[in-house]
Amino acid sequence: MAMASAAITQDEKPNYLNADYGIKSWLLTTDHKRIALLYLISITMFFFLGGFFAMLIRLELLTPAGDLVTSDTYNKLFTMHGIVMVFLFLIPAVPTVLGNFLVPMMIGAKDLAFPKLNLASWYVYILGGCWVLYAIITGGVDTGWTFYTPYSTTFSNTNVVAAAVGIFIAGFSSIFTGINFIVTIHRMRAPGLTWRRLPLFIWSNYATSVIMVLGTPVLAITLLLVAAERLFHLGIFNAQLGGDPLLFQHLFWFYSHPAVYIMILPGMGVISEVVTCFSRKRVFGYDFVALASICIAVLGFLVWAHHMFVAGISVYAAMVFSLLTFFVAIPSAVKVFNWIATMYQGSISFETPMLYAFGFIGLFTMGGMTGLFLGSLGIDVHVHDTYFVVAHFHYVMVGGMVMAYMCGLHFWWPKITGKMYPEGWAKLSALLTFVGFNLTFFPQFILGYMGMPRRYHAYPPEFQVLNVLSTAGASVLAVGYVLPMIYFVWSLRYGQDAGPNPWRAAGLEWMTSSPPPTSNFETTPVVTWEAYNYDEIDKQQEVPVAS
Amino acid sequence: MSEHAHPTVKSFFGIWITLLILTAITTAASFLELGPFNAVVALFIATCKASLVVLFFMEARYLPKITKMVIVTALFFLGLLLTLTMTDFMTRLMGR
Amino acid sequence: MEQQKETATLGMWLFLVTEVMFFGGMFCAYLIYRMDYYTAWVAGSERMNIYLGTTNTAVLICSSLTMVLAVHFAKLGNRKATAIFLVLTILLGLGFLGIKGVEYHEHWVHHEFPGPNFHFDAPKPGAALQYSPKNVEIFFSLYFAMTGLHAIHMIIGVGLLTWLLVRNARGDFSAYYNSPIEMTGLYWHFVDVVWIYLFPLLYLIRHK
Repeated sequence: MAMASAAITQDEKPNYLNADYGIKSWLLTTDHKRIALLYLISITMFFFLGGFFAMLIRLELLTPAGDLVTSDTYNKLFTMHGIVMVFLFLIPAVPTVLGNFLVPMMIGAKDLAFPKLNLASWYVYILGGCWVLYAIITGGVDTGWTFYTPYSTTFSNTNVVAAAVGIFIAGFSSIFTGINFIVTIHRMRAPGLTWRRLPLFIWSNYATSVIMVLGTPVLAITLLLVAAERLFHLGIFNAQLGGDPLLFQHLFWFYSHPAVYIMILPGMGVISEVVTCFSRKRVFGYDFVALASICIAVLGFLVWAHHMFVAGISVYAAMVFSLLTFFVAIPSAVKVFNWIATMYQGSISFETPMLYAFGFIGLFTMGGMTGLFLGSLGIDVHVHDTYFVVAHFHYVMVGGMVMAYMCGLHFWWPKITGKMYPEGWAKLSALLTFVGFNLTFFPQFILGYMGMPRRYHAYPPEFQVLNVLSTAGASVLAVGYVLPMIYFVWSLRYGQDAGPNPWRAAGLEWMTSSPPPTSNFETTPVVTWEAYNYDEIDKQQEVPVAS
Repeated sequence: MSEHAHPTVKSFFGIWITLLILTAITTAASFLELGPFNAVVALFIATCKASLVVLFFMEARYLPKITKMVIVTALFFLGLLLTLTMTDFMTRLMGR
Repeated sequence: MEQQKETATLGMWLFLVTEVMFFGGMFCAYLIYRMDYYTAWVAGSERMNIYLGTTNTAVLICSSLTMVLAVHFAKLGNRKATAIFLVLTILLGLGFLGIKGVEYHEHWVHHEFPGPNFHFDAPKPGAALQYSPKNVEIFFSLYFAMTGLHAIHMIIGVGLLTWLLVRNARGDFSAYYNSPIEMTGLYWHFVDVVWIYLFPLLYLIRHK
């Protein structure tokens, strides 16, 4: 492999990066790989914007008094942090960056089913994102990313309508991507690639797409009704007319709970790919892991009112939703067990992607378990709206999802760019991320249990030590995120040439050159092997290269 | 262009007339005093009309299995939204 | 071509699924409040013009017929017939919107539009139907939200049909390639189905 890349360097061999030059060839591309890079750049920018708001929040919380910003400004900070991170980073990240790049390649196709719709999806994302930016710049929103009524409809004096419209538009990006993935996976698989030979990353993105298609429209109508109430006095949630603010919450969480599965499922798909590769083993219980993705997608729609236990819903409904919440934990646990079982007696190596995968498995498990605590009615009465909840969702979202995203970026970086990142710096960043993350968020479990409310800019002095620890952790975490930015960019110019398959990984995407040609494969592959055939791969001297 | 029997222009007119008749019936029925069954009748007729449009005008009968599953799934999840939300609103005053 | 049409059809139906859930949120709100405030729903529904509503339903059903005929003749490669039926569908769609406009105007003039100008007479004490005018304002909020969103979809549909008309005149379509017309037809029929449910739910609640 080293010989092959020495003979023909990346610059000479035609690939999707050098196929065409000029800004128009990027902004008008229909190549799923280029669109993935467009998303990578925009999502990274929004990630750092959301991180900027997080930094201001943590700075305020260094001291018990509300002395850095006013309470109104603080409300805007956590709102904007939530909106940007949830809607403009977490929901799109893995599907649009890794999914767009890899889904066609993993199934042996030249592109997605609807390439122009894919480009439209990015433009709609940008339009929605800019609309949200406009809402931020012209004064911000202070309702919380959850837009609860009647504050958002009646009493807030901030840019609620602009933010709602921005998110509404960005939601279409989700829907277009979801439709594209479902049709692609159904109809464009290579000959021989049966459903049970698909990589689990595909199953995860398929399940995610189902949620996107079914759930996002409900958020869309809910935000539209909030905007309609503010603009046109259509008082559907107006309590003065007999409207029920809880109806808003039901409609909002009907999407927003499955939304968290939109965020985590693609990440789980990444972990399945990485754990198998760095254990040199087939995944344990393929059928169960694939089925678990579908179960998470379906069960995820049945639990939303666990966000509303203390909001005033009937206690009988609360009990039903609490029970259903326990069920949804089962398929996630199945996945964790199966990943561990995959590693058992595997030949494990500790490259950076595997480090992130280890981090994911541990931190996601903690986040998931604390989710069960919150799903228990009795416990939730005590810890709802405290930092316990904040810690829980950051464990699953940051310790889980963002780690999985970094894991995937590192794993597939050689495929996407043809370059290797510097392993030493990458391992350091992974370590800093892990340490920084735990230092930031573990104290928050304790704070929440002790009673510190969330969304408050001031707190009792006895909570200060833990808050200082948390802010210190956030600084370390920030370094852990900035370093990859630097070395990834560095690697584009100075990184070692990667070759088609530096990890000797299974999967069709590794059977073509790095970076891939525009049409992905020279000839359409015909698949006659099962997924994760690492025993066969390791028997051979060299991985067969289709191109 | 497709393997299935092609619907004829005549069949389209037949469905059209049926839809118009059902519309007339549902409006007329609304003037009758049927108590709670007014709603049942109205929704039943609406579902008949919707089924005719989906099955015949949108040719859902001839769709591949996966596309039919897509339609069923949509209705199922809409049902979930409605029924599970109702479990809250309908049991709020229970036990009082 | 058949393969491509099946792919496009699957994609279109998935989009219609999102539309089902989109309108579904409002149907959920409608259901909850109808349960809680049934008498206000009756009072509000009695203010609907049942004759215009029935006419509009008939208009949309006719437009579905003309739409399906447009698709039918497009598949046969008959450009002229396709154009005629596209035009008829557009006209019927505009007719629907016109009648809707008349209804909206009536509601506006009678102070039935939610907001500061809303006014609904309270029931006389001892009258058979007792309701709160405030709840009736919610009925009208849902009425305008649901029919308004439906009308926006109609306008988009008319726009799509006009674009199809232009492309048809340019000779873009043939017996071999006509899926944009068929896909737009699916969208148009879906908008019809939404109205098929809106009509009884908003116009036909007449009794205690």
